[in-house]
Amino acid sequence: MFTRNSQTLTLIALGASAAWSAVGAQEGPGLGVAVTPEQVEGWALTILPDGTGLPPGTGTARVGAEIYAAKCAACHGADGTGGTNDQLAGGHGTIATAAPVRTVGSYWPYATTVFDYVRRAMPLTQPQSLTNDETYALTAYLLHLNGIVDEDDVIDARALPRIEMPNRANFVRAP
Amino acid sequence: MRQSDPQILEPVAGNGLLHRRLFLTGSAALAGAGLTLLSARPVGAAPPEVPAWMKIPGAGMSPYGVRSKHEEHVVRTVGSTPGTIGTGASRTPLEHLEGIITPGALHFERHHNGIPDIDPAEHRLLIHGLVDRPLMFDLEALSRYPLVSRIQFLECSGNSGANNAPEPPQQSAGGIHGLVSCSEWTGVPLGVLLDEAGVGRDARWIVAEGADAAAMSRSVPISKALDDSIVAMYQNGEHLRPGNGYPMRLFLPGWEGNACVKWLRRIQVTAEPAMTKDETSKYSDLRPDGTALLFTFPMGVKSVITSPSGGLAMQGPGLYQISGIAWSGVGRIRRVEVSADGGESWAKAALSEPVLSKALVRFRLPWRWNGGPAVLQSRAIDESGAVQPTRAALLAERGAAFRYHYHAIQSWEVSAEGSVRNVYA
Repeated sequence: MFTRNSQTLTLIALGASAAWSAVGAQEGPGLGVAVTPEQVEGWALTILPDGTGLPPGTGTARVGAEIYAAKCAACHGADGTGGTNDQLAGGHGTIATAAPVRTVGSYWPYATTVFDYVRRAMPLTQPQSLTNDETYALTAYLLHLNGIVDEDDVIDARALPRIEMPNRANFVRAP
Repeated sequence: MRQSDPQILEPVAGNGLLHRRLFLTGSAALAGAGLTLLSARPVGAAPPEVPAWMKIPGAGMSPYGVRSKHEEHVVRTVGSTPGTIGTGASRTPLEHLEGIITPGALHFERHHNGIPDIDPAEHRLLIHGLVDRPLMFDLEALSRYPLVSRIQFLECSGNSGANNAPEPPQQSAGGIHGLVSCSEWTGVPLGVLLDEAGVGRDARWIVAEGADAAAMSRSVPISKALDDSIVAMYQNGEHLRPGNGYPMRLFLPGWEGNACVKWLRRIQVTAEPAMTKDETSKYSDLRPDGTALLFTFPMGVKSVITSPSGGLAMQGPGLYQISGIAWSGVGRIRRVEVSADGGESWAKAALSEPVLSKALVRFRLPWRWNGGPAVLQSRAIDESGAVQPTRAALLAERGAAFRYHYHAIQSWEVSAEGSVRNVYA
C-alpha cells in the first residue's frame, strides 16, 4: 500500500516526464493485477458470432415457450408481437419498405446475439437470472417464432452459431 | 470604439443578418446599436434603488453548491420506454445554455436499464481476450496512471431523429437535439492499459461492457482504442455522475455515444466484433434498399441554432443575437454559416474561442429582426470540408426510415407575432 506522501512523489515524478504530451508515448505504472483464466471465466459474458463463449447447456422452442409465457410475454406480447416493448417476431419482408419492422427474424443478422443479449439483459426486471438451459430454450423459441428452427430442434453451443439468419446478407460493415 | 463604423451595421445576408464583427466591437457598440437580448424583459416598474437582499446578510456557504432558485426551470426533458423507469433518455435543455460546457447535472443521459448504484471500492475493470496478460484494475490504481483532459462533445447517434418524422415535431432545441452535450473529460488513455496487457497480433477489436443491468456492450475497432480513447473518470473536474458512468466509462472522441460504454467493467480484445444487440438490431443504419450499415461510428458535421429556437418568443423587432452550437466527429469546425431567409443567403457566423477538435463550438451572429416572418438556419463545415446537409438531401440519401446519425440543417420559423417553431424548409 502506498502512503499519501509516496503517491504525491509519484505524481511529481510523472509530471516531469515529457512523455505526457503524446498519448502513444505514455507509460503506465503497471498497477494492473494479473488474473487467472478461472477468474476471467466468471466475468466473460460475451458470445462471439463463431460461438466462442457459449456455455454448456441445451434447449428447445417447446420448452422455451413456457418460459417465454411466464417471463417475457408481459412486455413483448404473446408470440413476440403486440407487446409494449420491442416486437420480436414477424416483420418479414418489411425491411426494405418505408415502414420497416425490425424483429429477431426480420432484421437480426446473428443468432448468437439472441443468446448473448437474453442472458446478459433479460428479463428486464431480473437480468442474469436465467440458467443456461433456459437461455438456450428462449433463444430456440424466439427463432421458432420467426420460422427459423423447428419446435423440437435442439439448440446448444454447437448448433447456435450454425444458424443462418434470414437477413444476414443485408448487413454490411461501414467502410 | 466602432460604433460609428457603418459597415458592421449593414446587412451581410438576407432578412437582416449583420456582420459577425458587430460582436467584436465591444458592449458599447452593441448598446449604441440598441441590442435586444432574446431574454430581455419589457421595462416595467423600476426596481427598488436598494433591493431587499442588500439590507440583510446573505446566505452562508454550502458544502456542495446549488443553482439559483430562479433557474430551476432549466431542466432536462426526460422520457422512458413504457413499463420501465430507467430505459430511456434525458435531453440537455440546449436552448437555456450558453458557451460550450454542459453542466454535469444537465448532461444528456441514455440508459438501457437504469443507473446502477456502484460501490467504487467493489468496481473493477478487466482487460482480457487476445492479450498476453489479462489484467484487472481498480479505481485507486487507475487514478495513479497518467491522466489526460480534453473538452469534447458526446452525442447519442439517435439524436435529432425526431426530425425524421413526416411532420416537424413542435419541441424545443433541447427536446429535438438535446442528446448532445460537451464536457471536459479526464481519464487514462486506453492504449496505456492495453499496452500493459499486451495486445496480441490478431487483435482487431475490443468488446466493451458496462456494469449496468443491461450489461450494455459494444465492439470498437482496436485502432480507435489505441488512438484517442480514454477510460474517463472525471467530467468537468468532478468524478463522473452516476448517470454518466460512475466510476468509469469508455470515451471515444467524436464517436456515437452508445459505444462510449458507461460503468465500464470489462474489455475483451478480439479478432472480430461481437455483433452485440446494440450494434446490430440497434445502432445499425438501415438504408432504403434494405441493406444495413454496421459500425457507423463518427458523428457527422452538425449545428443547431439554440437562440432563437422552438418555443422561445421574440420580444419585438430590433437587434438580436443568434447563438448556436456546432460540432463534428472528425475534427474541428472550420466555419458556420447562418441564414435568416430559409437558405437563400448565408452569412458567416463568429466562432467563439476555443474552437476545439471534436468539441462543441459556440457560434453567434447579430440579426436585426424587422418583425416579419423569417426562417433561421445554420450550416456547419468541418476541417475535412464536410458540409452539413439539408434535410431534403439527407432524406434523399438515407430514406425515410433511418433512425441514427441524423445531422441535417435545422430550420426555425419566426412568425410575425414573434413565436418560434420547428419547420422543414
